[in-house]
Amino acid sequence: MNAIAKLLTADHDHCDELFAEAEDATAKQDWDAAARGFADFHGAMERHLAAEEATLFPAFEARTGMQGGPTMVMRAEHEQMRGLLEQMRAAVERHNDAGYLGLSETLLMLMQQHNMKEEQILYPMSDQVLGDDAALVESLDQAIHPA
Amino acid sequence: MSQAGLSFEQAPPLGAPLRLFLIAPWFLIAAALAAIPLAGDWTANRWTPAALGLTHLLTLGFLGTAMAGALLQMLPVMIGSPLPKVRPVAWLAYLGLALGSPLLAAGLAFGLPALLDAGLIALSIAWLPFLAAGAASLARAPALAAATRAGMRHAWLGLAVAVGLGLYLGGGLTGLWPLHRPIELTRLHAAWGLLGWVLMLIVGVAYHVVPMLQLTPPYPAGMTRWLTPLLFASLIVYSMLALLPGSPIVDLAAWLALGAPIAWFAFATLRIQNRRRRKLPDVTHDFWRLAMACLLLGLALAPMALFAPEPRHGQAQVTLGLAFILGFAVTVVAGMLYKIVPFLAWFHLQAQTQARAGTIPNMKEMIPDAAARRHLKLHATALLLILPAPWLPAWLSAPGLLLLAASGYALWRNLHRARRLFLQYGGRLG
Repeated sequence: MNAIAKLLTADHDHCDELFAEAEDATAKQDWDAAARGFADFHGAMERHLAAEEATLFPAFEARTGMQGGPTMVMRAEHEQMRGLLEQMRAAVERHNDAGYLGLSETLLMLMQQHNMKEEQILYPMSDQVLGDDAALVESLDQAIHPA
Repeated sequence: MSQAGLSFEQAPPLGAPLRLFLIAPWFLIAAALAAIPLAGDWTANRWTPAALGLTHLLTLGFLGTAMAGALLQMLPVMIGSPLPKVRPVAWLAYLGLALGSPLLAAGLAFGLPALLDAGLIALSIAWLPFLAAGAASLARAPALAAATRAGMRHAWLGLAVAVGLGLYLGGGLTGLWPLHRPIELTRLHAAWGLLGWVLMLIVGVAYHVVPMLQLTPPYPAGMTRWLTPLLFASLIVYSMLALLPGSPIVDLAAWLALGAPIAWFAFATLRIQNRRRRKLPDVTHDFWRLAMACLLLGLALAPMALFAPEPRHGQAQVTLGLAFILGFAVTVVAGMLYKIVPFLAWFHLQAQTQARAGTIPNMKEMIPDAAARRHLKLHATALLLILPAPWLPAWLSAPGLLLLAASGYALWRNLHRARRLFLQYGGRLG
């Protein structure tokens, strides 16, 4: 069983793709494309973070009894990402490419070390303890892929 | 299922790895400056006392400190299991390497048993607790992320063998016990330290950080599964062959067995980097490419280092060592520090102060690209001048060595800038 890891890892890749497009447009100072690209990226990120917080983490915590451990660290890092994303949105609005690129570099490191912890440990562990819960996988899928 | 070791905390506090990262460049500077008056010795042959001393300044002083610091940070992220007792372990590694590396290097270079003794004691204090904590961390890691754990285990074994042989050889040199087959065991010490530990760890880390940082495709799955076990098996075969009477066939077999996986790694890295989705200029990316070019150069030199008659044999061996240690390992580590240090400074500062993202320096404000790129240019130019040193009159190595010292200083200044900003914005190191 690896349904959770597969679904959410693929969504990380999708977010990475959108991240690279938005950053590329910003570096080229193509501000229309940057605004569109960033909005797509920001939306995908927020759906991913929210799906984990509203669906995956509570189920993981309930099943393992681990309340203050890994999921707490993950939630704290989500908040750090949201802070950077807000600043990046402001940088796109102000056409501040240098500011954006410093923030995007920081977000990328934060995001990737976060994703590594999820992909290496948290998702496989979630699959072990929750993988038989098809309804959970379905609701995660719906939350990250809006109709 | 055991979850006892599972922890994602960004342990330890920033001060522990940062202290190790900030002392590393000083050993690069020390090695570069000490090499200028000793140039007549180390350029001729890797077995000269000067070459042995300088090698240890680089491998223990620069690579040892920086890689130990990086591991304190990476083990929780990569295998979900921090080092136990990380603060004292980090302090002992720092003090032991800071004192032991120069003592051992001076003891080797000048043949002073008292300095060797003191150096060996300090290095034991650095590495033995670090190895013990590493073993505990690996043993406690959740039984997931199998390929990563396997790579880290191989690197741990590489370090353990290198340290064990190093203590045996060092103790023998100071007269603690008689040495058996010191030449062969010194070759093994170097092979396990450089390939079993340094290369193995860089490969294990590369699997994650190269795709992560540039958004490249992943390394081929067959490679992440088989490369480090293959390299490890090759090292064991090489070790057994090295204890047999030397013959060209044995040397050729060893070169092929070790060279093939190394070339596989270098070419795979360059190939996935070419297919990266993040196309922006990135200084760490450029450090990595320079490092891979040097790794391949080292491989290409290996036949000459093995089979050419003297003096080319000795000269090629020195250039090969320079290409691997300075060109490959130091370059990768410097490139990684430009991601690790500004990120950790930002991350801890944000977490401690709960500052809004725009009110504290981001990574590129912690260490500006232009400053890191100046260091890269100094480092690359220094390499270009130093790599041919064994083939040229000794005095001609001085300009490259001065540039290398300047490059070490540029690295320190850049890393120190992140520390200064971290403190200035209210961060706490402890």
